[in-house]
Amino acid sequence: MNMTLTREKESPAIGVENVGSAALTEKVYETSNLNLWYGENHALKNINLDMHQNEVTAIIGPSGCGKSTYIKTLNRMIELVPDVKTTGQIKYRNRNILDQSYKVEDLRTQVGMVFQKPNPFPKSIYENVVYGPKIHGIKNKKILDEIVEKSLKGAAIWDEVKDRLHENAYGLSGGQQQRLCLARCLAIEPDVILMDEPTSALDPISTLKIEELVQELKKDFSIIIVTHNMQQAARISDRTAFFLNGEVIEYSDTNTIFSNPNDKRTEDYITGRFG
Amino acid sequence: MKLINKSHVAKKMPARLAVNTICKGLFFLATLVGLLVLAILFYRIFTQGIGSLNGDFLQNFASRKPEEAGIKAALIGSIWLMVVVAPVSLLLGVGTAIYLEEYARKNWITTFIKVNISNLAGVPSIVFGLLGLTVFVRALALDRSILAAGLTMSLLVLPVIIVAAQEAIRAVPRDLREASFGMGATKWQTILKVVLPAAIPGILTGGILALSRAIGETAPLVVVGIPMFIAFLPQSFMDTFTVLPMQIYNWTSRPQEEFQQVAAAGIIVLLILLIFMNSIAVIIRNKFQKRY
Repeated sequence: MNMTLTREKESPAIGVENVGSAALTEKVYETSNLNLWYGENHALKNINLDMHQNEVTAIIGPSGCGKSTYIKTLNRMIELVPDVKTTGQIKYRNRNILDQSYKVEDLRTQVGMVFQKPNPFPKSIYENVVYGPKIHGIKNKKILDEIVEKSLKGAAIWDEVKDRLHENAYGLSGGQQQRLCLARCLAIEPDVILMDEPTSALDPISTLKIEELVQELKKDFSIIIVTHNMQQAARISDRTAFFLNGEVIEYSDTNTIFSNPNDKRTEDYITGRFG
Repeated sequence: MKLINKSHVAKKMPARLAVNTICKGLFFLATLVGLLVLAILFYRIFTQGIGSLNGDFLQNFASRKPEEAGIKAALIGSIWLMVVVAPVSLLLGVGTAIYLEEYARKNWITTFIKVNISNLAGVPSIVFGLLGLTVFVRALALDRSILAAGLTMSLLVLPVIIVAAQEAIRAVPRDLREASFGMGATKWQTILKVVLPAAIPGILTGGILALSRAIGETAPLVVVGIPMFIAFLPQSFMDTFTVLPMQIYNWTSRPQEEFQQVAAAGIIVLLILLIFMNSIAVIIRNKFQKRY
């Protein structure tokens, strides 16, 4: 106990080091004093995190640390779980999304999500991509066709599927399905893309493709990615947050986190001593 | 030192194999009993009824003379009944299931309602007859009309349809809903475009099986007061009518030997109708079934 206290005194406050670079880019998300409970279980404890435009922010940590819970609060997908309670605020572009007057449908047209397991609809590839735009009331066939081509190209799957757009998406391989899901997400032209362990169900080659895509996509989007793969975080992200037991232990540039972590627990985790 | 004595195991082997064979035989016999009874029933009905089953039988009204008796009024009546029961019970049933599974908060009240709907599916049909008599025939003054009988039958099969639809809706994978919500779809858009298309085979299969039950049910209609003998066709939903099982019941209760044959012919018509409806259920299930 004493040791922990001493260590925390020695290390500078989280994020202080990066105030300089943080000021350069615009913030998409500002989380302050976020607490979340599943019933009695205090799953997120006093989270303070800012996320920046056109950057890739990685969230790492061992199983059960709250990283998936946190990313799901960013588009309020967490509300699908019964008996969830939150306090504090998450500002997306300066508006508190936890305010119930903020309509989730509105939020989710700005913030897209790619899930852990590829989850295409049991429809054709074309219908999968136009699902979002159609939901938002776009009916013009020409525009929809253009959206399909642009989105599938954006997810680097166009060449593989352009001749079978009207075949069922379930005929694609796992890696292709995940890129289709990414294309489906791009089709709503979001501002932010949330990715919840998007490569954990994929083989190494498909994983590599997704990682390359993330690098490409950050020019146009802000990306927040949860991963249990530390090498992946090191390879693709600009900033990394390390979660442990529902708390943010450390948040700074990815380089700093992986080469010179402030906190002993971060160091233990990234060097593979636990988790 | 080994703990298992292999020669002892070998000695026990024949007895174990014998028990296995005996059990197989017993279960086969159990299956055979059911099949045998069904075969006897079919044999009896077909040998008795096939003679009376002809064009005249389908086109004649009921009659005091067995050779002139026909099934026209009952067959048409059963179809009229389905025209009421199918839309009413499917719309109410699927609507209830959607509400309970998708919209209702998950709390003890919802659980209580769900448990009670499952219990209602087990309530004897005659109780629903009394309900129909009190509410539709008397309170709403619908008299002994197709509408009153149809609404009563709808209530009877409603719990079955709700439970079937709930199960079909629940079987739709959660990640498909998440995908839809994740793109900003409303709940209703998600239900309409993702949940219902995936659940429709299960809903229709359950629905058609429930309708098959409604078409063969007699007790509630007896209580509602639907006549057994009618010699005209209904012109509207407010007219009175009769249905196949009522007509068959009427014939089997007559003393004359000839009427037993006419009843058998009526049963054949009812069975054909039921098999036809069940085949539709099977076709729908196979055609629309999607694997995740």
